Amino acid sequence: MKENAIEIRNLTKSFGSIKANNKVCLEVKEGEILALLGENGSGKTTLMNMLSGIYFPDSGEILVHGKEVTIRSPKDSYDLGIGMVHQHFKLVDVFTAAENIVLGIPGAQFMNMSEIKKKIKALIDKYGFEIDLDKKIYDMSVSEKQTVEIIKILFRGANILILDEPTAVLTPQETKRLFGVLRNMRENGKAIIIITHKLHEVLEISDRVSVLRKGEYAGTVNTCDADEMILTEMMVGKKVELNIERTEPENVSEKLRVENLTCINADGRKVLDNVTFTAYSGEILGIAGIAGSGQKELLEAIAGLQTAEDGSIIYTKKDEEPCELVGKTPLQIRDMGIALAFVPEDRLGMGLVGSMGMTGNMMLRNYKRGSGPFTERKYPRKLAESIKEKLDVVTPGLSTPVRKLSGGNVQKVLVGREIALKPQLLMAAYAVRGLDINTSYTIYNLLSEEKQKGVAVIYVGEDLDVLLELCDRIMVMCDGHVTGILDARTAKKEDIGLLMIKHDGKEE
Amino acid sequence: MDSIISLIQAAIVFGTVIMLGAVGESLTEKSGSLNLGVPGIMYLGGIAGLVGVFFYENAVSEPNSIACVVIALACALAASFLAGLIYSFLTITLRANQNVTGLTLTIFGSGVANFFGGSLNKLSGGIGQVSVSTTSSAFRATVPALSNLGVAGKIFFSYGFMVYAAIAIGVLSQIFLSKTRAGLNLRAVGENPATADATGINVIKYKYLGVCFGAAISGLGGLYYVMDYTKGTWSNDCTIESLGWLALALVIFSAWKPKKVIWGSYLFGILYWMYFYISGLNRSSQELFKMLPYLVTIVVLIISSLHKNKENQPPQSLGLAYFREER
Repeated sequence: MKENAIEIRNLTKSFGSIKANNKVCLEVKEGEILALLGENGSGKTTLMNMLSGIYFPDSGEILVHGKEVTIRSPKDSYDLGIGMVHQHFKLVDVFTAAENIVLGIPGAQFMNMSEIKKKIKALIDKYGFEIDLDKKIYDMSVSEKQTVEIIKILFRGANILILDEPTAVLTPQETKRLFGVLRNMRENGKAIIIITHKLHEVLEISDRVSVLRKGEYAGTVNTCDADEMILTEMMVGKKVELNIERTEPENVSEKLRVENLTCINADGRKVLDNVTFTAYSGEILGIAGIAGSGQKELLEAIAGLQTAEDGSIIYTKKDEEPCELVGKTPLQIRDMGIALAFVPEDRLGMGLVGSMGMTGNMMLRNYKRGSGPFTERKYPRKLAESIKEKLDVVTPGLSTPVRKLSGGNVQKVLVGREIALKPQLLMAAYAVRGLDINTSYTIYNLLSEEKQKGVAVIYVGEDLDVLLELCDRIMVMCDGHVTGILDARTAKKEDIGLLMIKHDGKEE
Repeated sequence: MDSIISLIQAAIVFGTVIMLGAVGESLTEKSGSLNLGVPGIMYLGGIAGLVGVFFYENAVSEPNSIACVVIALACALAASFLAGLIYSFLTITLRANQNVTGLTLTIFGSGVANFFGGSLNKLSGGIGQVSVSTTSSAFRATVPALSNLGVAGKIFFSYGFMVYAAIAIGVLSQIFLSKTRAGLNLRAVGENPATADATGINVIKYKYLGVCFGAAISGLGGLYYVMDYTKGTWSNDCTIESLGWLALALVIFSAWKPKKVIWGSYLFGILYWMYFYISGLNRSSQELFKMLPYLVTIVVLIISSLHKNKENQPPQSLGLAYFREER
């Protein structure tokens, strides 16, 4: 019988009046991978943050290797051998990989970097990582940064690892490599907790699955006894139908034609290189690619937020002459009567104003309504109410700053507002990032509905399974290039994965 | 030739004041605090040292010059450390706005210093000018064998010990930041406190120490100004304050690197005093020349922001308060 590495008993943590965790129990054994599953806002990250010393629990007990412990700070957590890879990497950009790895470790004041690097190398070889220790973090890809994070934790001698959605930003190939490393660690007797939303990954990598539901413990099953339906039911608490209604495109007509679009970012790098494609009304065009392959810039260029170096973006209004969007500001585009809705990736940075309430955020799109110097508040308030009702937004009130809502609720507010514009062209980037399964499918079906209304939908997504189910065509981007446009009904996931890394030069 | 030598001498004396101010502020800013209170801290350091030795020199009939130096240094360090502590408590523990707190500290420091400086002038009677001659001459003492070495002696060895101490502090600060574990931790705190926290570094402690020790070093700049630059006297003008702002500019000019502060401060000194050695300038064109250090800073800022070199950027969390449980 393997021993318990961690045992959690009745842990409770509240933020204000919201109970993020309510009497949660959990145990992880040595040499085991436990998947922690739960909808968004079910308190998975809060629970893990209590293990890693970021939050302090209100009540309950934590036992590490059978002994009751108090974790007051991240340092306590490290001393107990617990290491966490956060969803947002905790790395110092201007430091090298090696500097990040030794950061915070006690030792002689003057550091012998070559000695330290030798030690790290030994660890890298043991588990089969690939990394350049002298590379600065700001030069690294997401996958490399994640590798640094994991090495950093192992280097501190952690034997309990917590990974918060590690695969969210990886390609299928990178995920495979990560899982290989995780299995190596399991062989070495490490206890691993992995938080993820992707059910097929849970089934692939874990030994057991524990489920949280609305901050409460919903049970644990052995992975070999589970399937996607059982897990979903445990997460949601009731049977749910998880399917996306995909209708055949109707009344297809050209809506947006992008030709040879090239954009250069502030660092002088080509973020979009000769991008050409067409989006039709009545269909969903999916865009796949590793994060940072130019998806964001492409949408921003269409919305008028990014200056195009070269190329053209032709928009065709219903029964009217096509018009050029390149060189227009968002305001000009709107004044041309083009109904363009944009759900940006950075919700609180570009989409919403964090310190304003729902009503205020609705007004951002409507502030020119009404007459006279005073703003018209009636309509935005009604709109906010209807979105709250329709999409089940959990908020203490319409005037509560949206920054205080959970990620999923923030996204609902944003998507709701954009769809309320009755757009002709709807662009959404990672619209379901951080959303629970139920809401995700609500959003997917909202997009499908828009498509049936004859809207041209462009959807940037990261979950390839969903893209294949939701979209009509999938455009794959890599390093600012379009590497292929596939028919979503016939394409295979592996093909997309290969196209995603085509221009990297280091294909696998 | 003589005028070039005296320009260099003036530049080095001038540079030492802002070098100390800027090295201290570099440490502070590397820990993530933008302390705009540097001018006030330099004021406090200067006046505390002056008050300390004034009472000592008046209490004993034959003041010992070593005791004078020790008292001056101790008073200046204590006062500026304390000012740093006030700033830390307000901005780190209470998370008050750093800019407002810093500016307030500057106003507070100059007010306190000028109040006590004026009082000292009154206390000393006579012509109404305080003078601590023993201390000042101890601060300005040179090694005769070295300072008489002709041109080299004049350029390199004609200064008081603080000039060399300042360089040593600058070099040590650079070594501390780039070679030691504590320095690495301090930089991590200034770049990304959440990351530092998650790796088990005591963020609050490093922030406090960064600000307080930084302030103590800056305060020495004020002391040097009073004891050497103005030869142990006090006048209620705003020179220290303007030097403090120049020190802040120098931090940016040197891209937060103490080693660059060292030569940067002398360059600023040369630029500042240039007007004196160019003949045919009237009062108004002299003032134009005094702007040169600021202009150079702006030019450097423009160049460095055009280059977009990640290495020359300010610490990422500079000016931001850190709260672990913030959602």
